[in-house]
Amino acid sequence: MDSAPWSDRSDPSVTYVPATVTRSAKIVVAGGFGVGKTTLIGSVSEVRPLRMEEPITQASAGVDDLRRAPYKTTTTVAMDFGRIHMAGGRIALYLFGLPGQSRFQPLWEDLAEGALGCLVLADTRDLDASHDALGLLDGARIPYAVAINTFPGAPGYPEEELREALALDPGTPLTVCDARDRTSSLHALITLTEYLSEHRSAALMESRR
Amino acid sequence: MSGPRRDPDMVRPYVRTQGRIRARDDVRLESVVIAATGPTDTLPPDARRVMRLFAGADGGLAVADIAAALELPPSTVRILVSSLMDSGHLTSPVPAAEDQPDFDLLQEVLRGLRSMV
Repeated sequence: MDSAPWSDRSDPSVTYVPATVTRSAKIVVAGGFGVGKTTLIGSVSEVRPLRMEEPITQASAGVDDLRRAPYKTTTTVAMDFGRIHMAGGRIALYLFGLPGQSRFQPLWEDLAEGALGCLVLADTRDLDASHDALGLLDGARIPYAVAINTFPGAPGYPEEELREALALDPGTPLTVCDARDRTSSLHALITLTEYLSEHRSAALMESRR
Repeated sequence: MSGPRRDPDMVRPYVRTQGRIRARDDVRLESVVIAATGPTDTLPPDARRVMRLFAGADGGLAVADIAAALELPPSTVRILVSSLMDSGHLTSPVPAAEDQPDFDLLQEVLRGLRSMV
């Protein structure tokens, strides 16, 4: 499958997972609003990317006495996802875009559980927007790599400065990608998966000692 | 009989899932399920909608695919699918015991991604 078979949007029917698939896996793509999560997922997915929506209820900001004032608001969180088939059609890899804001933490616990790892997308024009996602991942103990999505006109910085601004551990991969480009997006996912693989073998070695 | 009043926000998903409030641990967003057997005419409406998606299908669907197709929240679909697996209407493509270790899965995903570039 070298072209995107979902590009023919005239067929609205459900795209079934081939009967050859016996195993599925999940990678989460996180980051702030507008950072390119959906673009990256769409550029690598073999099926038309889909959207699901989860309503979440949260206490309104500024209300601190919940006994007296149970004001709540319901927000709908939209999550886009795509799918890649591999290993001769035995494995379906799902890519889920999850919003990185820390107020979505309960949602994360539910939806990111069992993920192989996470690719955090960042925009050099708004690096602060990545902090929430990084905090959520550290809290949930989900291993991650960071990819700077290169927007035209966005400032470039030396890697050292970016690492410092994002407060990354020395071992955390930091790469650059163009989320609109399939190959570039795949390379970012490969960087993440290589790291996950090293991470896992180190953990395996540790557990055998 | 009377306990603390339930949060009104809880009513809708609770009704939708016929009393079940927790998903099985092995039913996640990416979990693929296929149709098994069993009469569906006695199922509650949302469960029947799930089963109707599988009518005539020669493949499976992940929880997320079902949530997108039926426009239901993924948290609700996780619970619906859990119930339908317990009742035998849906099943997973391979028994959980045959799952390969995660490390092998990672290696296969890495190989798969590399083969695409």
